[in-house]
Amino acid sequence: MKYIDEYRDEKVTRGLLDEIGRIVTREWKLMEVCGGQTHSILKSGLDQLLPPQIELIHGPGCPVCVTPLELIDKAIALASRPDVIFVSYGDMLRVPGSERDLFSVKAAGGNVRIVYSPLDSLKIARENPDKTIVFFGIGFETTAPANAMAVAQAKRQGIKNFAMLVSHVTVPPAISALLESPDVRVDGFLAAGHVCTVMGYWEYEPLVKKYKVPVVVTGFEPVDIVHGVLMCVKQLEEGRAEVENAYARSVRREGNEPAQAIINQVFEPCDRPWRGIGVIPQSGYKFREGYADYDAEMRFPDIQTIATKESSLCMSGLVLQGLKKPNQCPAFGKECTPQMPLGATMVSSEGACAAYYRYARFVNPNATSNSKEQTSKLQTSVV
Amino acid sequence: MCLGIPGKVTELYQANGMKMGKVDFGGVVKEACLEYLPEIQVGDYTIVHVGFGISQLDEEEAHETLKLLKEMDMIAGELPELADRQNDS
Repeated sequence: MKYIDEYRDEKVTRGLLDEIGRIVTREWKLMEVCGGQTHSILKSGLDQLLPPQIELIHGPGCPVCVTPLELIDKAIALASRPDVIFVSYGDMLRVPGSERDLFSVKAAGGNVRIVYSPLDSLKIARENPDKTIVFFGIGFETTAPANAMAVAQAKRQGIKNFAMLVSHVTVPPAISALLESPDVRVDGFLAAGHVCTVMGYWEYEPLVKKYKVPVVVTGFEPVDIVHGVLMCVKQLEEGRAEVENAYARSVRREGNEPAQAIINQVFEPCDRPWRGIGVIPQSGYKFREGYADYDAEMRFPDIQTIATKESSLCMSGLVLQGLKKPNQCPAFGKECTPQMPLGATMVSSEGACAAYYRYARFVNPNATSNSKEQTSKLQTSVV
Repeated sequence: MCLGIPGKVTELYQANGMKMGKVDFGGVVKEACLEYLPEIQVGDYTIVHVGFGISQLDEEEAHETLKLLKEMDMIAGELPELADRQNDS
């Protein structure tokens, strides 16, 4: 397929890996922000093919993982109501709440539906005028224009039986929070290519200036990722800290302005709690006043106070901040598996724990000396 | 979640006041909202995320980048110490 196959080319990837090997003189820790990149790195084995001086730390860019437990519990409470059809992206169904997950609500007869696009939920609303359709509006800036459009369309088409449970988060404030944290040591960032496709990368320029840390906008295929790593390492080795773009076929500095306009029309920035991390100031979106009628938390005020209970074994918060690797968790692959997850990072198709489990990184990197031994073949097959 | 798949626009039309289109992902054709890509035409490539085109892919930019990356690979192949290293492995 065009725009995929050429970016999975083994020869080009190897050429870039060799170039990194030639220029690197010391150890560098790079964080890939997006969970989609984490999965691509583990699937293609790049974590084992990069020179041993380069360590990739996995970032918090998994919206399913950082959706607060309280909101999962609210989703479960709403989905259990007979007057509600609860509509969600598929990833959210197995995320553990305090007592159970959305999947078990569905199994017990709750009306929970999975959609590919938020616009599908409007169709469900039109077909079910006697129910309230609640859409679980989660995601980063990539997903925000789609969710915003569903709300704008509901308003425009006069669809009244539609509401959204919003848990939107944004990347730049999270990067700032990580850089401010005394525990986190990251030398450079690979910024999330699709978030930047929507938002552009001008937002990172003041951040790079303030913290003197390189940020390279990076795509998702093996060639894209190694290209991003190479540009980042080059900056570090030359003592530079700039915003650079290694995903220029999709990302422009100013981003997608029509998409940003609809986000700003429907949502405004607000403080958001991130599961496992805590509240990050101005790191999410909530409804603007003119759209409050579509806010599920306003429409169902009795779901406001829910006492939550997090698993005491799960250390997903440390994983999301790049402080622990998934296989350093004592519960990894034992009490916690994708079938019986303790935390959302083991569930999501972007969660670091799920990636480590799926691609069999069972060994603690600190417990072995040959974990960086180069494998002979790039694993670029499509699953 | 932020997964986006590149595909080719094969058809454009309006629905509910929005610019919509059919996008071909290597044989699988799906409907997508292309409201955020005012300039996109049939035959162009877009990245689709949760049913919305978020980017019109820049063919020239893509070609240039790949050419550059491939050249880097060729240069690497010409360096003698690297060729030795590759022969050893």
